[in-house]
Amino acid sequence: MSTSAGGPSLDKPRRGPESTPTPASGAAGTAAARSTGGASTTTPPTGDGRRSGAWARLTGGGGVRNLGLVGVLLLLVLVGAITSPDQFLSTSNLVVILTQASVIGVVTVGMTFVIIGGGIDLSVGAIVALATVWATTLATQSYGLGGILFCAIAVGLGCGLLNGVLVAYGRMVPFIATLAMMASARGLSLQISGGLTQVVQVDSVLSLGYRESRILGIPPLVIIWVAVIVLGWLVLNRTTYGRRLFALGGNPEAARLAGIDVRRQRLTLYLVSGLCCGIASFMLIVLTGSGQNTNGNLYELDAIAAVIIGGTLLTGGRGTLIGSVLGVLVFTTISNLFALNNLQSAVQDIASGAIIVIAVLIQRQSGGQSRAG
Amino acid sequence: MSLSDRPTPDLPSLDATPSRPARAAGRRGFLLGSAAIGAGALLAGCTSNEVGTDDAAAPAPAAEGSTSATGAPVTIGFAGPQADHGWLNAINEQARAEAERYPDVTLEVVEGTNDAAAQSGQIETLINRGVDVIVILPADGKAMTQSGLAAMQAGIPVVNLDRIFDTPRAYRLWIGGDNYGMGVSAGHFIGERLRDRPEARVVELAGIDNLELTQQRSQGFADALAEYPNIELVARQAAEFTVQSGQEKMAQLLQAVPQIDAVWNHDDDQGVGAEQAIRQAGRDEFIMVGGAGSRHVMDQIKADNTVIKATVLYPVTMAASAIACARLIAQSRALGDLRETEVPTSITLHSAVVTKENVDRYLPIAFT
Repeated sequence: MSTSAGGPSLDKPRRGPESTPTPASGAAGTAAARSTGGASTTTPPTGDGRRSGAWARLTGGGGVRNLGLVGVLLLLVLVGAITSPDQFLSTSNLVVILTQASVIGVVTVGMTFVIIGGGIDLSVGAIVALATVWATTLATQSYGLGGILFCAIAVGLGCGLLNGVLVAYGRMVPFIATLAMMASARGLSLQISGGLTQVVQVDSVLSLGYRESRILGIPPLVIIWVAVIVLGWLVLNRTTYGRRLFALGGNPEAARLAGIDVRRQRLTLYLVSGLCCGIASFMLIVLTGSGQNTNGNLYELDAIAAVIIGGTLLTGGRGTLIGSVLGVLVFTTISNLFALNNLQSAVQDIASGAIIVIAVLIQRQSGGQSRAG
Repeated sequence: MSLSDRPTPDLPSLDATPSRPARAAGRRGFLLGSAAIGAGALLAGCTSNEVGTDDAAAPAPAAEGSTSATGAPVTIGFAGPQADHGWLNAINEQARAEAERYPDVTLEVVEGTNDAAAQSGQIETLINRGVDVIVILPADGKAMTQSGLAAMQAGIPVVNLDRIFDTPRAYRLWIGGDNYGMGVSAGHFIGERLRDRPEARVVELAGIDNLELTQQRSQGFADALAEYPNIELVARQAAEFTVQSGQEKMAQLLQAVPQIDAVWNHDDDQGVGAEQAIRQAGRDEFIMVGGAGSRHVMDQIKADNTVIKATVLYPVTMAASAIACARLIAQSRALGDLRETEVPTSITLHSAVVTKENVDRYLPIAFT
């Protein structure tokens, strides 16, 4: 995110104005606004400026960058409305899209934290697999809903803790540490399940996915996702912890010199990601009514792609949660459109590749405009 | 975080006035610590999947008679798949169980793998050990052809299970399921059920699209449905043989087609997810036919209280039959009631439709 809208100024000195297009201030002010670190003459006084910046981030995502993504999403909705108007625009389809986005959506929230903090987590899919398998063994199921929920979250947190310790205190490269976790978590889930699909027999868990459990027509899974987004957004943008995260991702050395406990901060990144994986695992158990070691297949790629498309810098230090959420929605909507139009796998793969490129190009286009303006 | 970290209010600590934050942190640490220990204890007890597992070694309806008489001792090498799917897992179990039925058979099992390179190494090992016959379910039929040829050239007969080699020279016997026939069976079952329904709409939830077997199943299904002019295959989506993909694709299919008369799902494992999607959408206006024949689905067919009314078998017993045939080949004996003096070179299994009426016959060979 831009430094003017809540991000720390620690990463500022190392980057020239050219390398930091600040979308929020770019949208609100001018290049002059950027050079003065956001306290521009055209925007309201600093206090209000922060609020309006945050507001812009909440509504339009991170300004222009997310506006591009909203445009892509609207374009997809338009395509859906033209190609299959009756099915696509129905509320039940909206519910399906949101429900399907919710599981990977929660994982993506955690991934956004990790990437903003300058890390990467390749193990999310494997953690989801392990947590779903562990939480659906017959022994765990005998504890009912509480047991399953607790177990899913505990396994997620445990894996996240291990990742975090390896990266922060073991000084391992995140790519390698989480790659190792990816391999062993998948292996352990295969070991525990023996390759079998573990069908959940606990009705209180299954019924969370059924129509009867909807609150005002909204499935509980979607509510959980929204709650995670809101909580994540608040932590990222409204707490010292969040500011430190941007600082850490932008320039770890500067963050350390500024008195931030870099190692502990790094550890928490993977804990957050692990926690999100644990929550997502529980949601996946509700959704599929089972645990399987193939669960969460390629989640790491889906989550990273959504985060990057959402405008977060892969190298860290800058990013928006709302952008990531939009990224997830774009992917899910594409998949939904394909199914509604009965397109087959080969066409789907070609088209989704093309759409990703188009989405990024549209984004870059809008980003470029803000830089020029 | 240990017990000693806990500040004890009653006893004066060394630091006469412990600062409030430190104290709070200490208590929090203690709470976290005990929670972690509790979590660990509970978690450790949660990996167990043992609850009186019914024996998978169900008595296979093998041909009794002269073939079951004990013959010369035979060593069979078995190279199976990595058990990451219920059906594949059952294949390995069936092979082991069948071998145990014969006092004259020694089974040498190598680690199951999905990696063709690793598997060809295993076949080489089996050849060097000088087993009498090799039973192999290849990680990839085409890629493993050379291994089959090598074994045959070394004078070791190869029983090729299911995924067929490129050339008949690479095996002595091929035994496997009929994917095209599976589609045909499913198509005919649905066709007969919907015979009197005008403009019937059928939906297909396929397996992994870039597998040849999926294409064959879909082809058989389409060909069979073509015999019924009143039925139209309105939508088809490919899942990935996983519950997660099954749920996702089924949810979308249900959105795409508001009124469905029948669904064919290629695979009962992904069907677990599909079933949830159907329940979540609150739909029940159609009948559903599964594929492969899992225990879970057969139980439902028997209970007859869901949309699942049938499943098309892809028999896991082929692994047991392969072991039985391998034994007979090694002992140069014939196959049961057949009049030939040798075991045939090719056996294609029938894809039976399991319905409420006949489910009891098939329950013993369902995979979990």
